[in-house]
Amino acid sequence: MKVTFAHMGNLYITVKALLEGLGAEVVVPPMPSKRTLSIGSRHSPEFACLPLKVNIGNYIEAMEIGADTIAMAGGVGPCRFGLYGEVQREILKGLGYEFEMIIIEPPQGRLRHVLQQVGRLVGRNPVGRYVSAARLAWAKMMAVDELERSVQRVRPVEGRRGAATAALASALRLVDEAASMARVKRALGEGQEMLLDARAPGADSSDPPRIGIVGEVYVVLEPFVNCDVERRLGEMGVLVERSIYIGDWVREHLFKDVLRLRKGRKPYDLAKPYLRHFVGGHGVETVGSTVEYARQRFDGVIQLAPFTCMPEIVAQDVLPAVSRDLGIPVMTLVFDEHSSDAGVLTRLEAFVDLVERSRRRQSMTGPPRARG
Amino acid sequence: MSEKAYLGVDVGSVSTNLVLLDERGDVVEKLYLRTRGEPIAVIQEGMRALAPVAIGMEMAGVGTTGSGRRLAGVILGADCVKNEITAHAVASARVVPDVRTVIEIGGQDSKIIILRDGAVLDFAMNTVCAAGTGSFLDQQAARLGVPIEKFGELALMSATPVRIAGRCAVFAESDMIHKQQMGHRMEDIVAGLCEALVRNYLNNVGKGKDIQPPVVFQGGVAANAGMRAAFEKALGTPVAVPEHYNVMGAIGAALLAAEEIERRGGPSRFRGFQALDMDYSASSFECKGCPNLCEVVNIRMGHEVIARWGSRCGRWDSF
Repeated sequence: MKVTFAHMGNLYITVKALLEGLGAEVVVPPMPSKRTLSIGSRHSPEFACLPLKVNIGNYIEAMEIGADTIAMAGGVGPCRFGLYGEVQREILKGLGYEFEMIIIEPPQGRLRHVLQQVGRLVGRNPVGRYVSAARLAWAKMMAVDELERSVQRVRPVEGRRGAATAALASALRLVDEAASMARVKRALGEGQEMLLDARAPGADSSDPPRIGIVGEVYVVLEPFVNCDVERRLGEMGVLVERSIYIGDWVREHLFKDVLRLRKGRKPYDLAKPYLRHFVGGHGVETVGSTVEYARQRFDGVIQLAPFTCMPEIVAQDVLPAVSRDLGIPVMTLVFDEHSSDAGVLTRLEAFVDLVERSRRRQSMTGPPRARG
Repeated sequence: MSEKAYLGVDVGSVSTNLVLLDERGDVVEKLYLRTRGEPIAVIQEGMRALAPVAIGMEMAGVGTTGSGRRLAGVILGADCVKNEITAHAVASARVVPDVRTVIEIGGQDSKIIILRDGAVLDFAMNTVCAAGTGSFLDQQAARLGVPIEKFGELALMSATPVRIAGRCAVFAESDMIHKQQMGHRMEDIVAGLCEALVRNYLNNVGKGKDIQPPVVFQGGVAANAGMRAAFEKALGTPVAVPEHYNVMGAIGAALLAAEEIERRGGPSRFRGFQALDMDYSASSFECKGCPNLCEVVNIRMGHEVIARWGSRCGRWDSF
């Protein structure tokens, strides 16, 4: 049995560590490319959102290199993602592929079902092995998050264009290859070193503009589908932060109910004046995180959403009120298989100009008062 | 000492515009040319036309904007290469200092820019739909047999515009054909089309934007008096069309270049008028480094590669 799964940013490092730790043979799909997207779009319903299309492309490319089992996350609530595992199974079956698909639904209080599904993937394991595999995967996930947070700080002050991104790639490779907790720790240390070395001399004294990225988890985390917004903003000299890192997402979605981890509920409280209802996906988080960034005096917020994403459309309609009340510029970018790099770049440049001009103005006249 | 001049070049999908500003920011000369898919040749043609006017002036700064801004920037040796949103906003704020809303409709895109106290506060550009842009109006005018220059005047003659479905350019066309077959008058259909396109613009590009007067309407489509009247009717406020409405992007680029030179100091990077007679060419190859198969473009001046772009990962950008 050769197990594969869909890409979402650098999540593959964690999933691979977990499944391999449990004795599964893993086939990581090729990194998403234009080929992935065109295969996926060809076989997907036109008005399904982008994640479904790229997932399909990932599975087909993984099966081309030997995968025969697909692990996919399920979901509940108004976001269509919860249905995608089933839809994808039917699409691939219709195309004549032979494979097994194992959909891991969120626990909703019952961890047993999750363990049963995982058991189908990896066979029987002693409890100790589960614990050690989970610990290693968790450590890698935390390391990836830390490196991603670092690269966001280094990019605006890198010495040579692309140096930070290159350092990140090397650092991630080290984390991916690390086979023990101790090695992950060492890889993280070395990676952080490499990132620090990528900075220009005198970087400490710079004060780059700060932009927060909010929106739907998949397009926020997957640089291939969001036209690499994080890197592009970083290389324009902007310090970027995301409302979602993979560690947060896993905590929130796989363990929240089981382990009663209620931390990270803050976005819900912050969103309350604007949006009181669960709208599926990350709609409420998008609004709450925008409020949070405004309070932290970020210079702007960019919302990312796949075309036709209902939760983010609800959030998009609410954001102008947040922007007006709290005086923070907000821009929405919508992505599908027709998105062009040029169009995204023009909007990013204009947004950065807007942010920089208002910063220059504030440095002359003091902080702005909230309008409303 | 000769008077300083600032050059602004806006290379768009449909038109390429050049302006020469004097030190006070006033327009000395402007050119509105069709890009015809040959940006390099059009820039050279435009520069040759400007040369006689520019003689005797010192070229103190050059700015480029529009979808071809990088290409134009490399060929001219620009001091400032800026996106068209910022360029339009800067030009508008110069011409109408208290402007709070800019409606810009060009050949293939449309944008809205919200300004407060001369600074951009919010903006949007059309994403999934190009209904209502210049290319569509051109096409409809041709189909109806009305010269595009007369299109606006004809719309103004209508007393009872018909309602045209404006959600999609193709459906708008079907609906217009239907209205013609019903026997509606040409001016009512044309006026109805303008209203439909304005509705479409306000519901898509202008959605959620805080549109406040004074409103400035610029870009090639601002020449259309029917569109202007439809905007005034929908917004309930006068809409101003600036004198140089069709070259505002280029004016903005020139103003930004002047700003950049002031900040950075020193002479312009302008290659000079003679350099424009060089043989510039663009060629491309497919990078086989990964499955993205990016189309990488080389820009050559003579035999020398002076710029390269197009790779997603950036590996070809330095040379």
